[in-house]
Amino acid sequence: MTDETCQFEVAGEVVIAHPSGAAFVPSQNTLIVSDLHFEKGSFFAAKGQFLPPYDTRATLSRLQTAIDRFQPVRVIALGDSFHDGAADTRIAGDDWQSIQTLSARFDWTWITGNHDETLPAGIGGTICAELKLGPLTLRHEPTAAPARGEVAGHLHPCARVQTSSRSLRRRCFVGDGDRLIMPAFGAFTGGLDIADKAYDGLFDGSVTAWVLGRSRVYTIPAKGLAGVS
Amino acid sequence: MILAPQEDLALPETFQSWFKGRGWQPRAHQLDLLAKAQAGRSALLIAPTGGGKTLAGFLPTLIELSALGPRKPGRPRGVHTLYISPLKALAVDIARNLEAPIAEMGLPIKVETRTGDTPASRRQRQKTSPPDILLTTPEQLALLLAYKDARRFFESLKYIVLDELHALVTSKRGDLLALDLARVEALVPGVRRIGLSATVKDPDHLQRYLVPQRTGDERAALVLGKPGQPPQVTVLASEAHIPWSGHSTRHAIPEVYNAIQAANLTLIFVNTRSQAELVFQELWRINEESLPIALHHGSLVVEQRRKVEAAMAGGKLKAVVCTSTLDLGIDWGDVDLVIQLGAPKGASRLLQRIGRANHRMDEPSCALLVPSNRFEVMECTAAKEAAEHNILDGELERTGALDVLAQHVLGVACAEPFNLAKLYDEVCTAAPYAELAYEDFEAVVDFVATGGYALRSYDRFRRIVKTPEGKYRIANPRVAQRYRMNVGTIVESPMLKVRLRKSVKARGGRVLGEVEESLVDQMVPGDTFLFAGEVLRFEGLHETEVAVTRTMDENPMIPSYNGGKFPLSTYLAARVREIVSTPEEWQALPTQVAEWLEIQRFRSVLPKPGELLVETFPRGGKNYLVCYPFEGRLAHQTLGMLLTRRLERQNFHPLGFVASEYAMAIWSLEDMSPLKMSALFDQDMLGDDLEAWLAESALLKRTFRQCAVIGGLIERRFPGQEKSGRQVTFSSDLIYDVLREHEPDHILLRATQIDAARGLLDIERLGAMLERIKGHIVHRKLPRISPLAVPVMLEIGKEPIYGEANEVLLRETEATLVQEAMRRD
Repeated sequence: MTDETCQFEVAGEVVIAHPSGAAFVPSQNTLIVSDLHFEKGSFFAAKGQFLPPYDTRATLSRLQTAIDRFQPVRVIALGDSFHDGAADTRIAGDDWQSIQTLSARFDWTWITGNHDETLPAGIGGTICAELKLGPLTLRHEPTAAPARGEVAGHLHPCARVQTSSRSLRRRCFVGDGDRLIMPAFGAFTGGLDIADKAYDGLFDGSVTAWVLGRSRVYTIPAKGLAGVS
Repeated sequence: MILAPQEDLALPETFQSWFKGRGWQPRAHQLDLLAKAQAGRSALLIAPTGGGKTLAGFLPTLIELSALGPRKPGRPRGVHTLYISPLKALAVDIARNLEAPIAEMGLPIKVETRTGDTPASRRQRQKTSPPDILLTTPEQLALLLAYKDARRFFESLKYIVLDELHALVTSKRGDLLALDLARVEALVPGVRRIGLSATVKDPDHLQRYLVPQRTGDERAALVLGKPGQPPQVTVLASEAHIPWSGHSTRHAIPEVYNAIQAANLTLIFVNTRSQAELVFQELWRINEESLPIALHHGSLVVEQRRKVEAAMAGGKLKAVVCTSTLDLGIDWGDVDLVIQLGAPKGASRLLQRIGRANHRMDEPSCALLVPSNRFEVMECTAAKEAAEHNILDGELERTGALDVLAQHVLGVACAEPFNLAKLYDEVCTAAPYAELAYEDFEAVVDFVATGGYALRSYDRFRRIVKTPEGKYRIANPRVAQRYRMNVGTIVESPMLKVRLRKSVKARGGRVLGEVEESLVDQMVPGDTFLFAGEVLRFEGLHETEVAVTRTMDENPMIPSYNGGKFPLSTYLAARVREIVSTPEEWQALPTQVAEWLEIQRFRSVLPKPGELLVETFPRGGKNYLVCYPFEGRLAHQTLGMLLTRRLERQNFHPLGFVASEYAMAIWSLEDMSPLKMSALFDQDMLGDDLEAWLAESALLKRTFRQCAVIGGLIERRFPGQEKSGRQVTFSSDLIYDVLREHEPDHILLRATQIDAARGLLDIERLGAMLERIKGHIVHRKLPRISPLAVPVMLEIGKEPIYGEANEVLLRETEATLVQEAMRRD
């Protein structure tokens, strides 16, 4: 595997960031992915915008890559796994089967999010709103104040990296050593600039973005990020 | 002029005395066009600006309407004539110009405009009680045709007048208009079309466009106006040092200022908005006489533009710095000099712009061309000759775009149910779609109905459904509503409002105009930039607005110059190659430029017109390969991408490349001089390499976005509609990636590839070049850089590169920051 990952600590726990947007916690043998947004394409199609109906399988195929890379025992989906409550009525049969197979093969946890407060029946795995993992607390929406050990998603962070010639916008992990916000993993998920006020007050210390490149994760401290101090 | 009896008949007494009363004679082409129209024919009128073209186009209408007599109260009559113009402002201008003859002859004719700016209440009223002459745009025509009562609305239509047709037909807008004309013909057969056009190289193409194509032999009648005086064009022989590269024309600003002083009213054309800002700033820096010099470009707020236009018309200005926004036919004052800063890139565009000066036919227009660098000196010289001898660029005839067809099909369904086979026949009567294959048409309809995916999962969300009679209609009224929100083929990159605040803390303030989102992405708070003629400090992005304050900063950042939108035309390119290879022609060039070419001949070689010169040389520890195809930046960029891939495979470790309008340079770790150049430049690069590169090209993603919006896959974003902050939309790039992986032959991807081949990637032109140079490559291995190579080498680092390069930039940035952080001092 030539994927170049990146390693850092969250509240003392070692976390490995993968260019797909997945995070691996080696001590727990656990893979975490956030904001899969399955069936976002068909959600828009039902409203008259025919986005390609392939986002769920594209997301699953990337998830498979990350799983193959780390061979975890446990997989945690950090909320908003399904784009909406009716996603299971639109999902293609083989995609649904792939999901069921995955959740049966691993110790699988679905954390609920604002898009999927109730998960489809028969999904398999464990469903909960929050989960402890060593020093880490996993939940979908970040707590408003600094929260040591929290790993959350929801915000779809992306960073604008100031390079010598222009700024480049990429999905990223963002954290300050105490807490971590995960990038959205889903194939059609947009991003929210980490300079946006939605992130105000979340971090105590200096922020670092672990930026997703095509096959590498780049470590960019606040200094190299547009609009972040 | 004595009128022939037949022509005399055509022109009623009222009109004859009106002409006489104004001291005018009807011109031959006006009467000729009238005769053709009255004989029931459609016609194309080609005449220079100032030739009474507009009046000619409306004469048949005015005469017919005057015979109808006054309107009877309570008995509305339908639209008699539609006038279509590419610009809203032009429609408004024409309305004003028509007022005079109608009022003076006391004709019972009602004229109105209908554009995006027309209030909804009036638009509504126009549908039930239309004017006799409706002046509008292609987009509005599409909207009118998509209303349920379209058939009734158009039932008494007799004429469609198409203004500036040459400008319309070369784009997707022209495709849409062609489809709309076919629709009108289906609703009301026999409507005559009158096309008005500036001189074009190939009128036959426009003649075909104007009339329904059934056998392929149909042509509108051709009427030619008397050509105007040839223009007087001068290429500025600058006293200053002529730069080796760059596009600023800063060196010539004092000379431009002198020319402005000497003229009455000057239009200064530049190729981009950012260049307009820069030139405006530079002119004011030396404007000791405080000459009234104004700025006009598409990003400025409408009120600001209207102010400048009014000041021009009122004779209050001395000069206006402008972009193509002032290209087309609006008369805003007594312009007597046109200055083109930077090479005009095409002879036809230059002629169009020169035509803005002096609207009197019997006097020549004056123009001054200001080359911004040495290669441009030759390009301007070629353009000057072309303008003087009226040589025009050939325009490729368009094949109608599939995304535009998709939009049209939905529009047709919004108006009334359609029959598949009948609609196919109708579409094929539009010249750009004459060759459309039935399977492609079916695929487009399927795309409109369900997205057209192989995975049939969207069949239950159909937008158009089959009726029991086997026709297709829209599934529900919401579809029509959404269609109306998304009509048109102009897809601007997302724009953000610029609001000037009194201070950093202050709220509110005046809106100065709009800038591209991509420009804002490049800036951090504190950066300064030029906009609306002022130096502004970027304070931050607030929701969807850019907050700025005034600043005294002397050195604002210049937004990257993207080389202009237009590539060098094939005709000018060929002529520049000729000048380079013919020393006898250098006498006409400034000494600095002639000397430069002389030393090139001595140090390397000057390629003959049919040849491609390739030079290789070492420099600063790297190895360079520079070639000079003169085919325009887009084709060179594609060439650079493809050669880089090829060199990578052959282990030459290419590090980067840069493309200019005239040349392309690649640098690598290994010496490339042992390469067999004929193999390196073999046409087969357009096969697999191209496919592989397309897969990840950012340029293709940009094209895809346009096709997706026009085709109705993605809806337009409207200002204010976006939720602030939180990004709830999706990115077209991601959709492109997924679609390409899972359904690579989807119809929208095909549309994208066709577009890119002609547009951003210019593959057609690159292909023609590779064919042309086969067996004619001259390779020189040099000990050091050649004079001809200097301009393109100076571009290194200034030009944005796409694709892989972004990853390199990220890697560099990370490395720099790490190094800085790890330093122990």
